[in-house]
Amino acid sequence: MLSQYNGEAKPLAGGTDLFIYMKTRQLKPKYIVNVKKIPEFRGLRSESDGLHIGAATTIRALERSDLIAKQYPLLTDVISSFGSVQIRNMATIGGNICNASPGADFAAPLLALGTQLSIVAPSGERKMPLEEFFTGPNLSNLQTDELLVELILPVPKTGTGSAFIKLRRVSMDLSKVNVAAVLTVKGGVCEEVSIAMGAVAPTPVRAKNAEAMLKGKPLTNQTIESAASAASVESKPRTSLRSTAEYKREVVRALVKRCLNLALERGGG
Amino acid sequence: MVKCPVKLKVNGDEFELYVEPQRTLLEVLREDLGLTGTKYSCGAGECGACTVLLDGESVVSCMTLAVEADGKSVETIEGMAKGGELHPIQEAFLEHGAIQCGFCTPGMVMQAKALLDENLNPTEEEIKQYMRGNLCRCGTYPRMVKAIIAAAEKMKKSRAR
Repeated sequence: MLSQYNGEAKPLAGGTDLFIYMKTRQLKPKYIVNVKKIPEFRGLRSESDGLHIGAATTIRALERSDLIAKQYPLLTDVISSFGSVQIRNMATIGGNICNASPGADFAAPLLALGTQLSIVAPSGERKMPLEEFFTGPNLSNLQTDELLVELILPVPKTGTGSAFIKLRRVSMDLSKVNVAAVLTVKGGVCEEVSIAMGAVAPTPVRAKNAEAMLKGKPLTNQTIESAASAASVESKPRTSLRSTAEYKREVVRALVKRCLNLALERGGG
Repeated sequence: MVKCPVKLKVNGDEFELYVEPQRTLLEVLREDLGLTGTKYSCGAGECGACTVLLDGESVVSCMTLAVEADGKSVETIEGMAKGGELHPIQEAFLEHGAIQCGFCTPGMVMQAKALLDENLNPTEEEIKQYMRGNLCRCGTYPRMVKAIIAAAEKMKKSRAR
């Protein structure tokens, strides 16, 4: 259907972003295609390669899922700070990703989890790591005739803890900065770690230097502190309505530290 | 513009309408059905004044297309009072003075109904979290929290009866 309209149609999921873009005339699609009614696009199911989440699953449905609460505490952090009940009833996880906002709440956490995307086009289906999906502010590798079908979240290894923290002004605001961390610890040593940051670069990004500094090292206040500083250095925030670049860099340092400590605590390391 | 057939069950009454696909549920409720209790305010899903229940779940009707609501049941403030008697939430809002100018009230009452339909024993913190998408520029928040606690008590009693 999307290909039939030759780039003039936009998919609609929750509408909580799309309608704002349309009302402010930043987007003027001729047609909209409602994907929320396609049953294959909704719901969660556990498979051997991880948790499959349909792109049109509402945030509210995630909130009610035991699977999410048990295995992905950082997503519970995201959900509890996500908009209002009304918005959570409407907004979808796929929509939050596909609009490719640099500060989208689910982007950094899903990036840190190593999420895979399943995308469908008229020519067939393809898989893509989320890490390769974002190309710029509100830009992604999703073609106009393609749809995100589902997100696949790998099962966290034992000893893994995770956390997400965002800084914003009031509860309905977008993030000034957000940070997610997933940390696997064995005997006090960091076995695996991924740190992702939102709203500090043109796309949500991993803090690879910070990760490299922690991997294989014991987790002490000192190593966590240096990793947080490294993340702050590799972030590339710009001064915007929401904050200055200098301030955001300081916030990155503080949030990375807090996130790592919280993930460590939750992982039982 | 092409019009699409839309079936809505609003406060128990069935309607079959033909609406232009770009029109919001809020516009259709207010302009086509004359149900002007639901208010338009920010138009961007941030203030909650246009909150209605769609198949029992609260949504902001300013960002819901009428065609998305096709086949669903809609509850608005007009459906709260039954047979000339106010709903316990409405009574409690009045008793606790949780209304000043009243513009946010229909959205507040509907959001409170969504909360109490789900959980009749909310804590103060749970109420604040659940109501955080409903803004009141008169600042009746503390009274609103008290009213919702009182409404929960009323509803529990009437259920026990």
